[in-house]
Amino acid sequence: MNSLYYQKKLSRNVGDKFFTSLSVFCALIAILPLIFVVTYILIKGGAQITPELFTLEPNPPGDDLDAGGINPALIGTLVITTIASIIAIPVGVGGGIYLAEYSNGGPFSKFIRFGVNVLAGVPSIIAGVFIYALIVSTKILFGSMYSGFAGGMALSILMLPTVIKTTDEGLKLVPNELRYASLGIGASMYTTILKITLPTAFRSIATGVVLGIARAAGETAPLIFTALFSYYYIVGFEDLFYEMGSLAVLIYNFALEPYDAQNKLAWAASFILVISILTVNIFSRIFAAFTEKTKRV
Amino acid sequence: MEEKLTLFKNRKRFGIEKNIDLIFKNTTLALSSLVAIVLFGIILVVFFQSFESFSRYGLNFLVTSEWNPVKDEYGAFTAIYGTLVTSLLSLLITIPLGVGTAIFITEDFVPKFVREIVGSFVELLAAIPSVVLGLWAIFVMEPFFREFFVFLHKFFGWIPLFSSEPAGRNSLLAIIILVVMLLPIVTSIARDSLNQVPKKLRNASYGIGASRWKTIFSVILPAALSGIMAGVLLALGRAMGETMAVTMIIGNSNVFSWSLLSPGYTISSMLANQFGEADGSQVSSLFYAAFVLMILSLVVNIFAQWLVKKFSLKY
Repeated sequence: MNSLYYQKKLSRNVGDKFFTSLSVFCALIAILPLIFVVTYILIKGGAQITPELFTLEPNPPGDDLDAGGINPALIGTLVITTIASIIAIPVGVGGGIYLAEYSNGGPFSKFIRFGVNVLAGVPSIIAGVFIYALIVSTKILFGSMYSGFAGGMALSILMLPTVIKTTDEGLKLVPNELRYASLGIGASMYTTILKITLPTAFRSIATGVVLGIARAAGETAPLIFTALFSYYYIVGFEDLFYEMGSLAVLIYNFALEPYDAQNKLAWAASFILVISILTVNIFSRIFAAFTEKTKRV
Repeated sequence: MEEKLTLFKNRKRFGIEKNIDLIFKNTTLALSSLVAIVLFGIILVVFFQSFESFSRYGLNFLVTSEWNPVKDEYGAFTAIYGTLVTSLLSLLITIPLGVGTAIFITEDFVPKFVREIVGSFVELLAAIPSVVLGLWAIFVMEPFFREFFVFLHKFFGWIPLFSSEPAGRNSLLAIIILVVMLLPIVTSIARDSLNQVPKKLRNASYGIGASRWKTIFSVILPAALSGIMAGVLLALGRAMGETMAVTMIIGNSNVFSWSLLSPGYTISSMLANQFGEADGSQVSSLFYAAFVLMILSLVVNIFAQWLVKKFSLKY
């Protein structure tokens, strides 16, 4: 008679309770790392933020109590990511346009899409090894070895799959009616793409590209033997062809120093890097959710 | 009327417009081919640079662990072993954790906004640069686990994996930080595949009287298995190639040891440590190691893609 009611002690109900709590436990463990990492960076890094941090050069590690600032690394990260974007965005968007607009699902486009996925899985340090062999060791760039430019090229290899993929997928979401309408009133293919499809897909492509740039800004492995590191201000264009510092490599180098002052500088650099990357991520998330709601083409 | 139609028919595009169209198409074609060129370029360049070392040591390179620039003897066994052990063990911990979290996000134990917060927290974790995680691992995680490692050695020292005195930086710490890095990958892909399981299957299972977890274990998880497997393989590829956080915390020692509590080495940490100041045949040997790493991650990635393609259109 009671069998129609929920019975707590039934083995299936006990088992369900057990697994539910296990799953909740997993979720709790999964969110702990982010909370811990971000909290520590806010506390330890936030304490180091001073105006001088942004304007001074870092002092070479030593018994020096004052570690200086991170200006060259900050500018270096901006420069290197800009170079990477200048290379990866046109190539990636162009390649994505071909895949989404011109290819007809034949073996070539299948192969390229496969290649994009494989390239996305290539370990980031391999990109550094490749650029080292291609540019650094051959001194092909006006005889310079380690350079900000080489670092930018290494990063662009990592950005390329992301940009192609987001362009390809963004363009595929554009309704075909828009293309038919444009072609129907006599526009040629490239006009249709440049004036109709690309602008329509612009938001989703831009979101993906910005996330790709944010990801590249935090990459270290491809830079440690392409751009290397530098303690000095970046003053002119020709500095592109010399060793260039970056926030990521600064964190790596200074975290392994035995001196407290350098370690603190690494925390400060992490603070700036993480805050900017998380801000970009959160905003593009909100932006994507917003466009999802408003976009009813 | 008749005349007008023929007029219309005869109107052709200007030659210049046609040419622009063609140029545009071929430019995008060339740009997309660049992906293949870069990919083959990477494989060829790394292979040819490693050729000297390859012809000298052959496959012996993979099974000897001497790494001595002074005597010019190189073998990458310790690094290859370290790469495989750290990535496989971290995956072993991540799979239940990630799938459990994915189930938490896709089931309705708690209100939707809580699940969304958990989901975006896990995804934001993927955005933290690995070098920052390495910094955190050195200064926060290592002191936190120190006592635990001593305990582990004291009571489980008879197991070869815990047989050495815990070192300040060791393979086990690298495994833990890898778990943190793999968790977002496994969780988000598992969540997507769980979401794709048709609702009918769940309702049918509930309809014949299965409990929630019976349904999850016998219906939902098997249906999502191929997607989850692909995610796991992608995570494995990522774990093998992961460089910065591992390099900073693994201790970088080429001395082979079964114990996870002693310092270790991975291929990528070896590259990160030695590439900058290597010369002579050491460079070639490093390229050989890089080639091994690339082949490992290529195989894993291609297998993952094959799995996705083979099983994704089941429903």
